[in-house]
Order: sequence, then structure tokens, then C-alpha cells
Amino acid sequence: MIFIILLVIIMLVGAIVSCIFEDLLSAVIVAGIVSLIAAILFYFLQAPDVAMAEAAIGAALTTAIFVFAIKKTKRQEENEKDN
Amino acid sequence: MNFLYQNIYYIGAFGLIFIGLYMAAAKKNLIKIIIGLGFIDTGINLFLIIIGYVQKGTAPIFSKPGLNPAQMVDPVPQALVLTAIVINVAILGLALGLAIRLYRHYKTLNVRKIRGLKW
Amino acid sequence: MRKIISFILLIVIFVGIYFALAQIPYGKNKMNVSKHYISNGLKENGAANIVTSVVLNYRGFDTLGEITILFIGAVGLGMILFGFETKKKDIKPASLILKTGCKFLFPFILLLGIYIFIHGHLTPGGGFQGGAIIASGFLLNYLGCSKKRISEKGINIIESLGGAIFIVIGLLGLFLGDYFLLNFLPKGAVNTLISGGIIPLLYITIGLKVGAELSGIIYKLME
Repeated sequence: MIFIILLVIIMLVGAIVSCIFEDLLSAVIVAGIVSLIAAILFYFLQAPDVAMAEAAIGAALTTAIFVFAIKKTKRQEENEKDN
Repeated sequence: MNFLYQNIYYIGAFGLIFIGLYMAAAKKNLIKIIIGLGFIDTGINLFLIIIGYVQKGTAPIFSKPGLNPAQMVDPVPQALVLTAIVINVAILGLALGLAIRLYRHYKTLNVRKIRGLKW
Repeated sequence: MRKIISFILLIVIFVGIYFALAQIPYGKNKMNVSKHYISNGLKENGAANIVTSVVLNYRGFDTLGEITILFIGAVGLGMILFGFETKKKDIKPASLILKTGCKFLFPFILLLGIYIFIHGHLTPGGGFQGGAIIASGFLLNYLGCSKKRISEKGINIIESLGGAIFIVIGLLGLFLGDYFLLNFLPKGAVNTLISGGIIPLLYITIGLKVGAELSGIIYKLME
């Protein structure tokens, strides 16, 4: 039970961190980690089919297509001041 | 403390939806907005599976011939979420294709500066 | 300014949602339709995995709609990114570890994907999970081996054939019986490989189609 509370706290902290980072590549990798922890929570809720699908699609393929899209556009930062 | 033990899954799912909605509404870069859409999808799928959970239940698979069918979790939300996960990855691919096309035309990804619609 | 206003609005919305959803009890048995599915699913279908029999037999028409949406997404992506290709001299060759590892690992990843969708009605798994693993294998092949690449025409032909065979099996059920996607093959013994009627055949076509589709999306984004 303590284990599940720790996992949920790490997931929420990871989502907030992915919102704050300015380097787009780091934000995308942390989003992949959030998807992986969601797959572990699916297993604790007695749903093995859904856990396998989320781990294969959310953690691997989504991160891969984000990295390809960042390679073709601007990588680095987004600190453009709004006026 | 008892409140925390009973509702920890709900806090996780709704926290993800909250953070995803905030990123989609108040960020300037287009790729951050698309990452926010991905978080909303994960949060909603988690919420659907939580509704179908039964205390002290097992997975709905008859692996041994003598399992009790009265102590299994709900299989219908799992079938819905299985379809939803695959559709979401196709939608994210389409959104990123549109983002690449926008970058080639406007040379920037700041949504405050892309104002091509003039009435 | 925009950040503060959106934060306050979201807090108001979520407090309202909490008061609306606080009546749902957590962990109680609320099934009404699923009681029939769990009690009679093994007798009517023969498949040991109840989620498989719900996806393909009780709710088979929704799976047909989902396949259509995947197809539309892949075609739309091909139409948006038409005519943009990188030059050949921009691509750097891979390192030695990646080249050697790719040659060893690619057949085993394909074997794992095919194993998962053939045994979809006995163990947790199925067509969508196996298709995603096959797409990961194709991603590794594209990144590592630069000499032997799987051609793109073959992948398109496999995707189209998979969707067409799914519809043909459904129409055979319409001609031989009462309704579309009728289970017309005999149900074998429980927990053996050949059991469950047409469920293994449908999952084989779905697995090949989804794998080829996701590989096509990755190829199109990489060029």
C-alpha cells in the first residue's frame, strides 16, 4: 500500500517536471516515464491486457514519434518572450 | 489517513487530467501542447479502469478450470480502454505531422505568432 | 495573466467534478451486464480469456470501427507529409554496436510479437499488443541496418490484405447464418490452441494489420 502511494507521487511529480523543463527532449523522455508508471498501476488494478498494451505503445512508440518530430523542427528551447 | 488509502487512485488519475489540461491551455510551444494531450489520454484511461475494480478480485481469465466466476473484476472497461489506447497513438501521429508542416511554413512554433487566419 | 486565470478556472472545474463523482463507491460490485458475460462466456465461445471474447465476439462491431479509424489516421498522415524527404547525405551511419545488435535481435522480436497474437485467447495478449511489438522491431531495423531494409510496398500490401480478410470472414458469417461476425467454426476443448471458433483467425489478421500500420506511420515520419 505504501508502494502504491509512492508510485502515484512519483508519477505526479514527473508530470509537473515535464511541464517546467525548457529543453524539449528532456520533457519528452519524462513523459515516457509517466506512461511506464501508469502501466505498472494498471497491473495492480488486475488488468494485464491493458498493462501490456500501455507499456508497448505508450512507453516505446509515442516517445519515438515525438523524437522524430523534434528532430525535424526546433530542438532546443522555447524561451521566446511574449509581448 | 483512511481517506488517503481509499482514494489514492482517484487522486492520481485526476491529477494527471488537471496537469494535462493546464499544459494544453497555457503553454506557448506547440510540442508542449501535444504532450499535454497525451497526459489527458493516460489519465482518462486510468479512470476508466478504476471504476471496474472489485475488492479482492482477480483478472478475468479462466486459466485453471476451477476458478470462481463471482470474484472477477469487470471485463467491459478493459475492452474499451484497449481500443482507446491504440486510437490515441494514431491521433498523436497525425497532430505531429501537422506540427511539422506548420514549422516549414512559418519557421517558428510559437502559437502566439502563427496568425494566418484573417477574415 | 493567462496562466493565473486558467489555473483558477481549472480548480473551480475540478471541485465541481469531485462533488458530482463522490457518490460512486470504490471497489463495490457494480456489474449488471458483465454478470452474463462472465457466467456464460466460456460456454458460448470456448475462449479462456474473457476480455478477448468481449472484444471480438460480443462487441465485434466496435473493433471494426476502430480498425477503420486507424486506417484513416495512417492515410491522412501520408497525405499531409507528401513530398518532403531528407537528402541522402544528411543521414549519419550507425555505430558498430547498433549494427551488430540489430542483426541479431530483429528475428527474435518478430517471433515474440507473433507468439503474443497467436495465443491471444489463452493468455493475456492479443492483436493490438503483438502488432505494437512488431512495429518496435521494425523501428530497430530502420535505425540499425542500413543495407538490408524492408521494402515499403510489401508493408502496404500486408496492411490492406489484413483489413480485407477481416471483412470477408465477417461476411461469411452473414451468408452462413444470422448476423455479421457469427461464430460458425466449431469450438474445441478449453485451454487448447485450436479453440474458440473464429477468434484466433480474427486476431491473426488484426495483429498483422496493426503492426504494418504502426510501422508505416514510423517510416513516414522518419523520411
